[in-house]
Amino acid sequence: MSLLAVENLSVSFHTRHGVVRAVQDVSFQLERGQTLGIVGESGSGKSVTCYSIMGLVPQPPGRTEAGRALFDGVDLLSCPRRRLNRIRGARLSMIFQDAMTSLNPFLRIGDQLIEPLMIHEKVARPAAIARALAMLDAAGIADAERRLKMFPHEFSGGMRQRVMIAMALITKPDLLIADEPTTALDVTVQAQILELIRKMQRELGMAVILVSHDLGIVAGFCDRVMVMYAGRVMESAPIDDLFYDTKHPYTRGLRNSIPALQMKGGELHVIPGQPPDPHHALPGCPFAPRCAQAVDYCATEEIRLLETAPNHRTACLRVQKEGMPV
Amino acid sequence: MALSPSIALAGSADAAGASSFWRDAWRRLRQNKLAVFGLGLLSVLGALCFASFLWPNLTGFNYGQQNLALGPVPPNRLHWLGTDPLGRDLLARLLYGGGISLTVGLCATAVSLTIGVIYGAIAGFAGGKLDMVMMRLVDILYALPFAIFVILLMVFFGQNFILLFLAIGAVEWLTMARIVRGQVLTVKQQEFIEAAHALGLREGRIIFRHIVPNLLGPIIVYATLTVPEVIILESFLSFLGLGVQPPHSSWGVLIKEGAEVMEEYPWLLIYPGAVMTLTLFSLNFLGDGLRDALDVRGSKD
Amino acid sequence: MSAAALLQVQDVKTWFPVDKGFLFKRRVGEVKAVDGVSFSLRQGEILGLVGESGCGKSTLARTILQLVRPAAGAVLLEGRALTALRGASLRRARSDFQMVFQDPYASLNPRMTVFDALAEAMLAHRRVPRRELPGRIDALLEKVGLSPQARRKYPHEFSGGQRQRIAIARALAVAPKLLVADEPVSALDVSIQAQIINLLARLSREMGLALLFISHDLSVVKHISNRIAVMYLGRIVETGPAAEVIERPLHPYTKALISAVPIPDPRREAHRARILLPGDPPSPLNPPGGCPFHPRCLYAQPRCAQVVPSLEPFGQSGRQASCIRMREIDI
Repeated sequence: MSLLAVENLSVSFHTRHGVVRAVQDVSFQLERGQTLGIVGESGSGKSVTCYSIMGLVPQPPGRTEAGRALFDGVDLLSCPRRRLNRIRGARLSMIFQDAMTSLNPFLRIGDQLIEPLMIHEKVARPAAIARALAMLDAAGIADAERRLKMFPHEFSGGMRQRVMIAMALITKPDLLIADEPTTALDVTVQAQILELIRKMQRELGMAVILVSHDLGIVAGFCDRVMVMYAGRVMESAPIDDLFYDTKHPYTRGLRNSIPALQMKGGELHVIPGQPPDPHHALPGCPFAPRCAQAVDYCATEEIRLLETAPNHRTACLRVQKEGMPV
Repeated sequence: MALSPSIALAGSADAAGASSFWRDAWRRLRQNKLAVFGLGLLSVLGALCFASFLWPNLTGFNYGQQNLALGPVPPNRLHWLGTDPLGRDLLARLLYGGGISLTVGLCATAVSLTIGVIYGAIAGFAGGKLDMVMMRLVDILYALPFAIFVILLMVFFGQNFILLFLAIGAVEWLTMARIVRGQVLTVKQQEFIEAAHALGLREGRIIFRHIVPNLLGPIIVYATLTVPEVIILESFLSFLGLGVQPPHSSWGVLIKEGAEVMEEYPWLLIYPGAVMTLTLFSLNFLGDGLRDALDVRGSKD
Repeated sequence: MSAAALLQVQDVKTWFPVDKGFLFKRRVGEVKAVDGVSFSLRQGEILGLVGESGCGKSTLARTILQLVRPAAGAVLLEGRALTALRGASLRRARSDFQMVFQDPYASLNPRMTVFDALAEAMLAHRRVPRRELPGRIDALLEKVGLSPQARRKYPHEFSGGQRQRIAIARALAVAPKLLVADEPVSALDVSIQAQIINLLARLSREMGLALLFISHDLSVVKHISNRIAVMYLGRIVETGPAAEVIERPLHPYTKALISAVPIPDPRREAHRARILLPGDPPSPLNPPGGCPFHPRCLYAQPRCAQVVPSLEPFGQSGRQASCIRMREIDI
């Protein structure tokens, strides 16, 4: 049984301006110890997917229209709150993009770190503090004893992110969801943080979902990648296949528009146009208006994610029907 | 045949539709039921009250017309809200009093708005020492007990209607100055102000074309919320006998007179109190609605 | 056209005072946001300025634009000292140099239509008679890739990338010779970033604009720039032709910066050696003594803490780096 199996998840937001279908029919599996990358731009639904799994989407205006998120067999979307709370924080943890607003500015770091232990494992305070110290150490924070008594605003951005990682991993969860954990950080600090997550993953043998808009980060970290656009999964494949045998024009466009250090000068490949307006969903493939390889039926037929090569799924209609090379 | 990418460009832009900021705000305001209710009630009440200025015998009775033989009677077909101990029609006094209270409210708010905006804008633009001195002055004035200050003014300069506006306005401008200064500071930090400097625009143009239009939102909102404060202050003064003098009426006067005889003739307190409460609620709803409607960022749900 | 420099920045220092005290403030020190920066830029050249947070690149941009006055040093445009100008003469000179800001959601006045914003720019320096405004504005909009229908709309009706185009159009409306772009694509989606980068490069080529492109993203900078300058704690630590700086960096910080950038290519990511810098980027409130980089430098020696290095030339292609060990270490 997979550690996490998301089946046909659909989440919408009912706003004053209409219904926004943030996530549509998203399915994927994650095994123990595996790393999955979810890549997409703003409006792709990657964050909402993760928030839904964690049960963090406010139910008005959000609504889970369909689907299940089975964590070790338990459907997180429909289980009673108490059961969800026993899983969240203990076996399933999440870290967020902006550590400053994710940490309580009024509590000392030490108090926040030991909170998950005391709630989930009912550990006594002195023992919890000892584990917190060990965790800060493992997270690369020097002078841990003094740091425990400090407040979040006394830390730099990179340190705060380390604290958040320590807090998320202190209960040794089975799955860590990292939502753009390094986007707000400098690139040298970003490298440190990613290295830290990698190290902890190896030590704890946990599964990681890494959400990012940066294909480069995902390339160095994940076993498998899922590319999302306009709330749907466009392509899902093992990391090498996604890069060297792309089966969706959007993925290829994304890759080409990154001014990687190694590419020669000249014009960057560009995906023309804008991501679609989430309030006015058009029929057919959401990427069709911007796709250089789109044909007539791309704008009218509904897309589905299908497996076209071993373990490699794509939602491109042309690849499915004609085996078009991308 | 590939679809033209320009469709994508046009699609998202047209989705928003060409609209001005004010039209958008009005649309948002209309969707807020409480605010619409408030606006409606205020319009009706305002119309009636000011009509009673023009046609003093609107209800069939003048606000000052006494009927000593009749005395105080509860609401009946002739006097819809009853009469007071001097036989004066309560409805006529209520409408006339409403006109007075609303006028004081609006005028005093206008005074406080003018003083507050100018003061706050200068402090905000100037920054540095001038700003510090000006705001410390405001802090000191804030520490003075308003009511006593106004009472002193009234006692000293006599019971003058205009003076009443000025006195209240002079006391209410402090909050407006603080709010305007805060807004100016916020707007000043925005990058488009830096861009205006970088373009080489003159300071005057930056102030009036870039900063001031972006202040209007909060100013309107807080002005709407100042009117109830002024009305209450006026009522308080009238209650003390310092504001509006007999035979004129205002809501404060009516409440005072009603409170004196509330055990025997309860309608004399209930009706003025209810009408005043409703008006204040309406102003607050309207103010809240305006704040939501005018805050572009706040409408992201 | 002569190859003389259009823009010369000479030993610019921008310091912000730190005052303590309640009513009577005492100057207790300075934040040296920019601490002695010199470089030049020719017409039509694109210089990419990279650095992480706290390095002072945004302050440097604002100092060049005279939005912030330097404490020392000079900024010369076509030989004229901008730092000596005041008041009306400074305002008039501003049509020669313009800036594109980072946040497309804050750099446009939300209460002005696109037409008003561009017209204001054009009229500010009396370049255009009113009759010609609509025609010129349409041409400008087309140049940045927007349709003339954008004229009547307000900023909030556009996406981030489109707003950035409007901001670029506004900067170009006064026909500047120098354009400073301060992190112009950092707030945009990846697929839109490429559009804006291409646009800036094309405009620079077509109009002969000198472009100072500031970013924390090394790959973006490498792509668009002729030359690169790397900034650390208020100083330039390395500069040279873009390709050379990236392929054969001289300064240890440059090397670490390059190593930290993720490569969107799984096989190369897996095989390359990473340099992980310890600690955080320093804050200019508390700079280390000696070489500003030495606490985090893998090649640091005791003398690095005593000597403050300056930019030394290296080789023939105009490369410079400020590392006292630059010829010894093989990077």
